[in-house]
Amino acid sequence: MFDSELLKTLQEKKQAWDKKVESRLDKVPELKKVFKTDSNIEIKRLYTPVEISGLSYEKDLGLPGEYPYTRGVQPTMYRGRLWTMRQYAGFGSAEETNKRFKYLLEQGQTGLSIAFDLPTQIGYDSDHPLARGEVGKVGVAIDSLLDMETLFDGIPLDKVSTSMTINSPAAVILAMYIAMAEKQGVPVKELNGTIQNDILKEYVARGTYIFPPQPSMRLITDIFAYCAKEVPNWNTISISGYHIREAGSTAVQEIAFTLADGIAYVEAAIRAGLNVDEFAPRLSFFFNAHLNFFEEVAKFRAARRIWARIMKERFGAKDPRSQMLRFHTQTAGCTLTAQQPDVNIVRVAFQALSAVLGGTQSLHTNSRDEALALPSEHSVLIALRTQQVIGYEVGVTETVDPLGGSYFIESLTDSIEKEVMAYINKIDEMGGAVAAIEKGFMQREIQQSAYTYQRQVESGERTVIGVNRFITDTEMPKDLLRVNPAVADRQVEKLRKLQENRDQRQVAEVLQRLRMVAQTDENIMPSIIEAVKAYATLGEICGILREVFGEYQQQVML
Amino acid sequence: MMNDKKIRVLVAKAGLDGHDRGAKVIAQALRDAGMEVIYTGLRQTPEQIVETAIQEDVQVVGISSLSGAHMHLFPPVVQLLREQGAADVLVIGGGVIPMEDIPYLKEAGIAEIFTPGASTEDIVKYIRERV
Repeated sequence: MFDSELLKTLQEKKQAWDKKVESRLDKVPELKKVFKTDSNIEIKRLYTPVEISGLSYEKDLGLPGEYPYTRGVQPTMYRGRLWTMRQYAGFGSAEETNKRFKYLLEQGQTGLSIAFDLPTQIGYDSDHPLARGEVGKVGVAIDSLLDMETLFDGIPLDKVSTSMTINSPAAVILAMYIAMAEKQGVPVKELNGTIQNDILKEYVARGTYIFPPQPSMRLITDIFAYCAKEVPNWNTISISGYHIREAGSTAVQEIAFTLADGIAYVEAAIRAGLNVDEFAPRLSFFFNAHLNFFEEVAKFRAARRIWARIMKERFGAKDPRSQMLRFHTQTAGCTLTAQQPDVNIVRVAFQALSAVLGGTQSLHTNSRDEALALPSEHSVLIALRTQQVIGYEVGVTETVDPLGGSYFIESLTDSIEKEVMAYINKIDEMGGAVAAIEKGFMQREIQQSAYTYQRQVESGERTVIGVNRFITDTEMPKDLLRVNPAVADRQVEKLRKLQENRDQRQVAEVLQRLRMVAQTDENIMPSIIEAVKAYATLGEICGILREVFGEYQQQVML
Repeated sequence: MMNDKKIRVLVAKAGLDGHDRGAKVIAQALRDAGMEVIYTGLRQTPEQIVETAIQEDVQVVGISSLSGAHMHLFPPVVQLLREQGAADVLVIGGGVIPMEDIPYLKEAGIAEIFTPGASTEDIVKYIRERV
């Protein structure tokens, strides 16, 4: 990017400067011997054109909206439209969550994001013995289409985009959404939204798996194929690094393992007979915004560049939309402290800023009280307002990729790309992401990083305000959200009534058809849609699939 | 504290919650502190946890839940241990647990609750003092 004569002179000057500074370090020492990012990348004292002399502007950065998309996926970015402010929400019953959704929309939120309770995420109805104590806790309980109808009562599906954090039963929940659109009279082709549908990171980091990898991958590619024809605006997967990071990985591991998972999905879809440009434009991603500010900004930029290269060079994708890495971001839940919880507001603000400077397409900001309980309405409002301050007050949205060209950011972006590619090559050698997961490779790497992080906190090498430094006794917030314990009983009662009042013969028939289709390699989506329309429950549908596909047994490792 | 025998600890993930970072970090820290640690993996019912605890003859059970189901999942572990003549097993818990819930859990026999920010050193010390 720079004139070679100029670089040579600069290099000499910088060496002399470094020498001079170092000669004085015994008198004016620096705070640490070595400075490093969270991913263990060494940070130099100063960055100049010398550190990025290997970069080619055209090849490595390019222009926004153009390959390799380092500077952003759209030409105008936030000058044209801000990111979607999308707070993940859901608790208790469909009625309560419906109220929270309407509240968030009234407060200026621009998209919905549904949190489901654990029984729903693991394919159990609310009356299942394993659902004990979990109904409506970390999200809303959905047993059947009836609950989805309540959840979206008064919310027209053609006016919102909805993101749904659902993985193993993603096909069932998507089927309910499609059935609901038909009931509302909204053309299915106009639906906007995302299902997470990313099973691989469930095995690695999040834990809501049901079926073994092979049938799980089939469900995913069936969804890709079905949506390509029927629901063309739907994001069919949100390949997620968020939970990998929350489980303790570094920034480099987050991107490496997520993109390796992405490669596995693309390969599976191609094996299933799909053309890459048919489904790849609808792949989306989900990352974490953690504390190490510049590394996070660089991480998002690097992820875009690497994915573009993989799609173009490895898979021969021609459609630019297949090469674009579009992503949602959530601030890092694991950095929130129970001590002095108001300080979390500040942490979240910086994390959110890094996501915006990294060019995110949508954003969830965590609430200050999440290390204590589910967020209260007041805390959620502050979190949303934080995004609005970044979007409307501080002016960081007014030019595209404002940190692009920073010697430090470009150098970090490049280092992250190199380290991510080293991991991806290693995973390729192991036989790809599925094999690497089955061998426990990703799990072990994450576990090791998590343990190192904890050691650093306990030794004081890593400062956590309120936990190992600047400790004060603080009063705990009083308005914590409690899920009404009666929710579970009401939900079970609602389910029982539904099961009594529906057409049993029809339910038996659709479930029988589903079983037959599951045993073939026919696309499974139409038969699931048919089943949810007959008010077969999530637990019944997943029950059939459990019988046909079997269940995944976690390899317990320490 | 017994000097001739290692302290045996069962680290268990109760319920459907998949957040196992804390449980695994603590398991590793207890192991590094010289204890013998058995980790159950995810999705354990109170019955399964107690069965493993008795089979493995542990002195300590550490239960983790971050999904808000602790009030339903922790007390039965103590209850079942008592019923099976293993009342001497020390049961501790951890996770996202609101302060107001702690008195109830302690009354139910959970000896201590460690919330986010607790250090592994404190947990090691706590176990050593009581076993």
